[in-house]
Amino acid sequence: MSKSSELAEEYGLARVGARPSLPSYLKQVWERRDFTLSLARYRIQSENERNRLGMAWVLLRPIFSACVYGLVFGFILAGSRPPNFVSFVVIGVFLLEFFNSSMNGGSKAIISNSSLVQSLPFPRMVLPLAKVLECLLNFMPTLLLMVAITTFNGARPNLQWLLFIPLIVLFTIFNTGVALIFARLTVHFRDLSQFIPFVSRMIFYTSGVFFDPSRILKNFPEWEPVYNWHPLHNVLSIARGILLPDYDIPWHFWGQFAIWAVVILVIGVVFFWKAEERYGRES
Amino acid sequence: MAERAEHTPMDGVEKDQPIVICDEVHVEYRTLSTGKRITPGSATGILQRGGRKLQTVHALKGVSFVARANESIGIIGTNGSGKSTLMRTITGLTPPSRGAVYAKSRPNLLGVGAALMSDLSGSRNIILGGLAMGLTREEIESKYDEIVEFTGLREFIDMPMRTYSSGMSARLKFGIATAAQHEILIVDEALSVGDRDFQKRSEARIREIREAAGTVFLVSHSMRSIRDTCNRTIWIEKGVLRADGDTKDVVKEYEKHK
Repeated sequence: MSKSSELAEEYGLARVGARPSLPSYLKQVWERRDFTLSLARYRIQSENERNRLGMAWVLLRPIFSACVYGLVFGFILAGSRPPNFVSFVVIGVFLLEFFNSSMNGGSKAIISNSSLVQSLPFPRMVLPLAKVLECLLNFMPTLLLMVAITTFNGARPNLQWLLFIPLIVLFTIFNTGVALIFARLTVHFRDLSQFIPFVSRMIFYTSGVFFDPSRILKNFPEWEPVYNWHPLHNVLSIARGILLPDYDIPWHFWGQFAIWAVVILVIGVVFFWKAEERYGRES
Repeated sequence: MAERAEHTPMDGVEKDQPIVICDEVHVEYRTLSTGKRITPGSATGILQRGGRKLQTVHALKGVSFVARANESIGIIGTNGSGKSTLMRTITGLTPPSRGAVYAKSRPNLLGVGAALMSDLSGSRNIILGGLAMGLTREEIESKYDEIVEFTGLREFIDMPMRTYSSGMSARLKFGIATAAQHEILIVDEALSVGDRDFQKRSEARIREIREAAGTVFLVSHSMRSIRDTCNRTIWIEKGVLRADGDTKDVVKEYEKHK
């Protein structure tokens, strides 16, 4: 204890930049919800100002990638295409787009905003949260488009479709956790942001975007229980079960994915908060 | 430096009450020496983190001082002497590696610029900047007209910020940043922007803030604005506190040194 800290105590001065406890940190984050929301909305706007077609790109991007994957793998898989192939691929690509953009965006949330981090005080968790929110807002129109395309291909609206709401909630929770984890990791390991495209490609090819994994797993029955914990495979299977008449909802995946979502979110929040004091320095 | 005023109750700001205390503050930055993030194949770098060259820059080497209520403190020193680092440490943006900073409330840096988006209009940016500084939506709405008036950008307020001249965007930033009530305000060379008329207005604004409550830190290379606005000056050189005292004496000493 030096003279200064005694003086500080006498006059009730608090140490600047000390990491708040988790509950009060989360309270601060909640108090900044307006900022988080505006950051997400204005980013989308400013992104769209730059292109002539503006908001249309939110829809065009996943449509183009669905076309590419659909055509390429439609030919490669020729005989063993899963039923209702167009809807199958569209659901896979569109949902994965939400996950990938959250993970990518989250990983850059702190490092690409270092000047903001160094010039204004606010709980840093706002940045990855705003990013996920931005991805969610961008995802909404693609969700509608996805429903339109599947309806066009023979799916019929029914009450079960309401299950999409809890699915999107869980999916957003899961993506938030992933974004928070990567937001901190890239601060410590800059090079990781270069590695992330490979991670997302790996996830893309293993989660069954354009093939039915169960067909392959028939040859490796001992791996099936392990593979069934693949979180993105869970999401895609549930979504197809909800939307497509040719597929059943795998009910046990709900519980599994809910566990995934909650666990990843808790890990993400704690992991991100632990380094709150360091985001300004290591950049 | 530890002479104390009579013990006062915690609430209510008394003259001479300490507002900011810096206690042996050291700051060390660690950066990759190349400044580049990637070379081909560096994806393996995550496996051998120690292998990359991390350079340590010792920006502040044990700076201590006590700032009191109603003081307006100029911070001077040559480029790269650690002035901005010291300010960022006071605001808690750059945490000290050793030592500590204590403050009555969280000091505010006039650095709202980083939160703004150049593709959006001035009015959107006023909202965004205000939210970034921690104002509520209602507070921003009630201050909106005052901010626009102060910046004198009424006819350009719906145009994207990227169409503004540098002086115009500097005015917008200053207007947003000073809209909030600050108990502790840090101004980093903002006074040198804008035309003569705007400089006068911003100096007046700073004096207002000082009178309203607070302690103002002004980082500047302009000895004129330091002399005009500050009653105390701290001189930092290479991360070490060289002098601290009456503005007249410190500035004279600093100019002799140059």
